Amino acid sequence: MIGAHLINGGTLAVNEIPVLGIDGFRGWVCEAVSAGATLAALFGHPLPAGAGDGAGAGAGAGKVRLVAVLTWPLDGCLEVLAADAGDTYRALTPDCPSAHWFEREIAEQWGIRPEGHPWLKPIRYHPSWRPGRDAWGRPAGGEILPCVTDFYRVEGEEVHEVAVGPVHAGVIEPGHFRFQCHGETVFHLEIALGYQHRGVEPALAGGPGPRTMALMETLAGDTTVGHGLAYAQLVEGLAGCRVPARAMAIRAVGLELERLANHVGDLGALANDVGFLPTASYCGRLRGDFLNLSALLCGSRFGRGLVRPGGVAFDLEPARVDSLKARLVPIVADVGNAVNLLWTASSVMARFEETGTVDRATAVQLGLVGPAARASGFERDVRMEFPTGFYRFQQVPVASLPGGDVFARAYVRWLEVQRSEAFIAQALAGLPPGPVRAELPGPLAPDRFAVSLTEGWRGEICHVAQTDAAGKFAWYKVVDPSFHNWMGLAMSLRDQPISDFPLCNKSFNLSYCGHDL
Amino acid sequence: MLQVLLSRWQQGYRTMAWPDGEAVVPDRLRGRPALRPEICQNGCDRCRGVCPTGAVLGTGGDLAIDLGRCLFCGECQIVCPAGAIAFTNEFRLAVSRREDLIVRGGNAPYRLAEPVSAPVLDLFHRSCKIRQVSAGGCNACEADINVLGTLAFDLGRFGLQVVASPRHADAVAVTGPVPHQMRLALEKTVAATPTPRVVIAVGSCAIAGGPFAGHPQVNDGAGKVAPVDLFIPGCPPHPLTILDGLLRLIGRMPAGR
Repeated sequence: MIGAHLINGGTLAVNEIPVLGIDGFRGWVCEAVSAGATLAALFGHPLPAGAGDGAGAGAGAGKVRLVAVLTWPLDGCLEVLAADAGDTYRALTPDCPSAHWFEREIAEQWGIRPEGHPWLKPIRYHPSWRPGRDAWGRPAGGEILPCVTDFYRVEGEEVHEVAVGPVHAGVIEPGHFRFQCHGETVFHLEIALGYQHRGVEPALAGGPGPRTMALMETLAGDTTVGHGLAYAQLVEGLAGCRVPARAMAIRAVGLELERLANHVGDLGALANDVGFLPTASYCGRLRGDFLNLSALLCGSRFGRGLVRPGGVAFDLEPARVDSLKARLVPIVADVGNAVNLLWTASSVMARFEETGTVDRATAVQLGLVGPAARASGFERDVRMEFPTGFYRFQQVPVASLPGGDVFARAYVRWLEVQRSEAFIAQALAGLPPGPVRAELPGPLAPDRFAVSLTEGWRGEICHVAQTDAAGKFAWYKVVDPSFHNWMGLAMSLRDQPISDFPLCNKSFNLSYCGHDL
Repeated sequence: MLQVLLSRWQQGYRTMAWPDGEAVVPDRLRGRPALRPEICQNGCDRCRGVCPTGAVLGTGGDLAIDLGRCLFCGECQIVCPAGAIAFTNEFRLAVSRREDLIVRGGNAPYRLAEPVSAPVLDLFHRSCKIRQVSAGGCNACEADINVLGTLAFDLGRFGLQVVASPRHADAVAVTGPVPHQMRLALEKTVAATPTPRVVIAVGSCAIAGGPFAGHPQVNDGAGKVAPVDLFIPGCPPHPLTILDGLLRLIGRMPAGR
């Protein structure tokens, strides 16, 4: 490895991160990814005036540093390296496809052009964060309309285009989908997002402050615990805070309840999309039952208010633990009863099997994460590979299937449901004694760099931040699992009937706001 | 087939008794706060220091919380040395006017939502169709609207239904702080909904921008696009809070509830 090493939740002094030439940076990231590393984050951040090469006062002003965070699953460690980019550089994407969305983000945020990128378009449709530098040469101050771009088009007789969104038919977040179809068959699906852009990352700079935790808990509201935990771990690393064991256990219970609620809800929604109403109906209720267990922990069905830097805000008194255990038993039984109907119903299996297939090679190339990756035989799970907190003491076996189709994505969820249930039962049976929250010993360490990963229910969540001389966030980077996976959904639609889109979409169930930030 | 029937038997009848029977809410639910301005140590100001959204409007005798901005995180209760702020698990929160979301101390009544005006009520009382638009919503408000359609809440028994087309809708329920990127789509959806229509702001984002209030990328809520007829506070509101508001709006709440 060329870059600096750290573990999940660890920190580095900013000057420990090697700053390579852009060619060396590009070469090593591409080489590492082909050698089995994955790209957890690739992004730019502004250099403060005075930093960067040249070192004279003001030399860094307006300059952008690129940072790559690589994960090495076999070594259980993370690698960080950096490079100072000019206004253009040679794109990584042709040799490292999993960089493709990151490089589009870099171009949009900082006006840096990755030359040779095969698909260089905006991803969120906001003005450049570096005034006067626009990767597409758009005039400063000009209006940028969401999802107005040069869409990929297939020409030919009887080829037609279907456009959907931003407002969809259901109670769902907005996004725009363009299908290039020949009859029923989809040649290509292009997904354009950005409608949900709320400006979260710029607002996090200068923190932590009173609003920081609220922004974390609403990055993707169905992943409140996942993002909240990623942030808490990061801050605890920067403050040198030791989290009590009991808090670690309660956090893990909260994270697994979040996974259960969403996975069970997804299984119900998949059943609904093939018109199999018994499972759809039961799972809708059961999802709510899991949310109610989260509310039993902390008052919020989405786990809001549970995770706080230093631990958790709510303890579980013995009666509450008993109540949680007792309520879990019938819910688990009902989930098994409802979900197992799917696998024996030929009308369901006929729709699930060999629909929306993403093969393993594609999943690895795109850098898919979470159940979508594991359902394509790409075994990766932060809880196993880079465990933090309670996952260092109690493991969750990684669930994986090779098929890559809707069935595999559904069945991986079902396997994970069973493992999360067992995990929670085991954690509750042996809940460590002691306090549930430690005070942060002081302000965050100045001029340090931190990375925190958690395995949210959609997959790997990555938070990266750097503190300034005053111990405040100089910048804060969030990578939601959906950021990696939207292209996976697009690929799953190739050569599929357009009528299978809802089913494929639900089998990924990605976050719009988590992507748009 | 036999297995499907057996599972139907095992799953049982699950629709809640409320609003005719009692509602079951979590004991730790942070609902309407009870304020005691008389014991507030005026000048300590810790509550205002920790509030993420500036929802604590005054201290001392002026102690008040704006539930439109409040995220119900409970941080103000935790830091208050006097115990002047206590979140209760009262879930009935929806109101008809923005100013009614301000909770004060003492015996000041909290004015819950009122039914729509008489001629419109005739139209909506037995059938009200809702088009939901997520405009920057984080998928928590959306999820707790969606859950009303499950058999646990069974929205349909009140003549309420979430529909796909605004042309079929009587109400537009907005979630999220309305990013600039979604403004036009929301305006078009509201305009496509035939009149008489009502606009419902679900969650603190749609009421006042929530944790994104003041961000240059958002409009701080649905009120910037259309006048709001029903405000349902929360981050997200509990599904019962949403259903309570909807039932009050269409005059279906049993007397005394």
